[in-house]
Amino acid sequence: MGMTMTQKILAAHAGLDKVEAGQLILVNLDLVLGNDITSPVAIKAFKNMGKEQVFDKEKITMVMDHFAPNKDIKAAQQCMMCRDFCGGQEITHFYDVGQMGIEHALLPEKGLVVSGDAVIGADSHTCTYGALGAFSTGVGSTDMACGMAIGKAWFKVPSAIKFELKGKLNRYVSGKDVILHIIGMIGVDGALYKSMEFVGEGLASLSMADRLCMANMAIEAGAKNGIFAVDDITKNYVRAHSDREPAVYQADADAVYEKTYEIDLSQIKHTVAFPHLPENTHTTDEIEEIKIQQVVIGSCTNGRLEDLKAAAEIMQGKKVAKGVRCIVIPATQRIYLEAMEAGYLKTFIECGAVVSTPTCGPCLGGHMGILAEGEKAVATTNRNFLGRMGHVTSEIYLASPEVAAASAVTGKISAPEEVL
Amino acid sequence: MKFTGKVIKYGDNIDTDVIIPARYLNTSDHKELASHCMEDIDTTFVSRVQPGDIMVGGWNFGCGSSREHAPIAIKASGISLVIAKSFARIFYRNSINIGLAIVESEQAAEAIQEGDTITADLDNGILHNETTGEEYQVEPFPAFIQTIIENGGLVESIKNGSIK
Ligand code: SF4
Repeated sequence: MGMTMTQKILAAHAGLDKVEAGQLILVNLDLVLGNDITSPVAIKAFKNMGKEQVFDKEKITMVMDHFAPNKDIKAAQQCMMCRDFCGGQEITHFYDVGQMGIEHALLPEKGLVVSGDAVIGADSHTCTYGALGAFSTGVGSTDMACGMAIGKAWFKVPSAIKFELKGKLNRYVSGKDVILHIIGMIGVDGALYKSMEFVGEGLASLSMADRLCMANMAIEAGAKNGIFAVDDITKNYVRAHSDREPAVYQADADAVYEKTYEIDLSQIKHTVAFPHLPENTHTTDEIEEIKIQQVVIGSCTNGRLEDLKAAAEIMQGKKVAKGVRCIVIPATQRIYLEAMEAGYLKTFIECGAVVSTPTCGPCLGGHMGILAEGEKAVATTNRNFLGRMGHVTSEIYLASPEVAAASAVTGKISAPEEVL
Repeated sequence: MKFTGKVIKYGDNIDTDVIIPARYLNTSDHKELASHCMEDIDTTFVSRVQPGDIMVGGWNFGCGSSREHAPIAIKASGISLVIAKSFARIFYRNSINIGLAIVESEQAAEAIQEGDTITADLDNGILHNETTGEEYQVEPFPAFIQTIIENGGLVESIKNGSIK
């Protein structure tokens, strides 16, 4: 019986020739991640372990992104605790205001993850790096502490679902539409415990930004990880961002998959997830008029340069509708700078949108755009749970940057074609 | 690793809010958490649970928030082992990490009834139902998971050097 991509990476990092679904193994880690919310808890657990030193100061990263720049005193205290710890331990990859970005956009950009790595992060969207052909998954703070102490984590080897992609995406349709379509199809627990493995000739039409967005939302289907087969697009991306060579793990021809779905990318339409679950998907051609009060373009799902470019192209020369607040959040400092140089930020500001410094901000209802009672928002984020962006009666509609930009212009949920 | 205890059984989708409601998360005191364990669906749990008892659940046990307080409350209430048809992923990790033994078996979770007495031998992966005489095979725990549980969790195991 052969192994899946995920199983091969896990076996290699556990020093085993072979692993099977269900097996419990101890895995050597290439990177351990935490943010300003989860790291303080892990730092306390680390101290309880009686450890003086982290296992490897190059292989730990902390990113101050959720409530930073500090939104209140508690947030400031938490960041201070991380800063002091990383300073004391001489942790190389500590990213504070000025260098930081949203963690899952920042790590690939900084070249901290390459194909074939095994990564844990005390943040559920750590699954994002599967786009690079790495195994990465979200864990709790105790796991992070253990990772910092000994560079290892235990795992139950997951079984997998295969997504065989073919065809090409239509114009103004992107990775976000594909992953929302898939979650709508299999449900929020459709891949519980499992790996989602993306392969096939359709990959060629998916940019790294599309793939990062799709792997990011694997957790929204309950998956342990999402992972993409490594191709030239991956290798070129990795080589442009890191000195380390990508390690390619292909699934065996006789790898066992619990299920295989064929997805024809050319059939994917603009897809929107209605409140309050990512599985409540509808395509824009089948929905009635839904007026909105806020648009958020950003987050670890869709705050990359490609996303801002797509939104700017649609909004160019138009105005944000009256009564709508449009908030654009480049996911990292570098994206911010590049978007500025490319003129996208100017476009947004001229349209009447605001552009924020990188932060998670409104994505988790932290700051920078909280919703009032009964308000509706279109967001390019990944979760539309009850109350996630503000008041419990507010509503979040998850969509692509293209749909979000069009909706900002019309003031209601709209397909990009409506404003072009 | 062997446990013997009486069964307290629940249904599917027992979420972490039911196991320990968010209103009690302002403490991390294990005893205090245990004193509210399961109270939103079963007000009798706290008074009838005996040290060593075994909790049995259905599908997706421990779903919802990733709070580590949930397995802590169960363990501190005296439960020695949880058997369920399936566990939510992060609850599963958190249980092992805080030293609560946990076993997945559709067959056992289906067959075992409230009040049965179960002897679990996790080295060999055998659950024996003393009440009905039935036996269920489960995946035995590998050595390092046993080490974590025997030492009372991941933090302790690393502290005393039994996991390096
Ligand atoms: S942008 Fe949102 S989903 Fe992503 S890491 Fe931040 S809070 Fe989490």
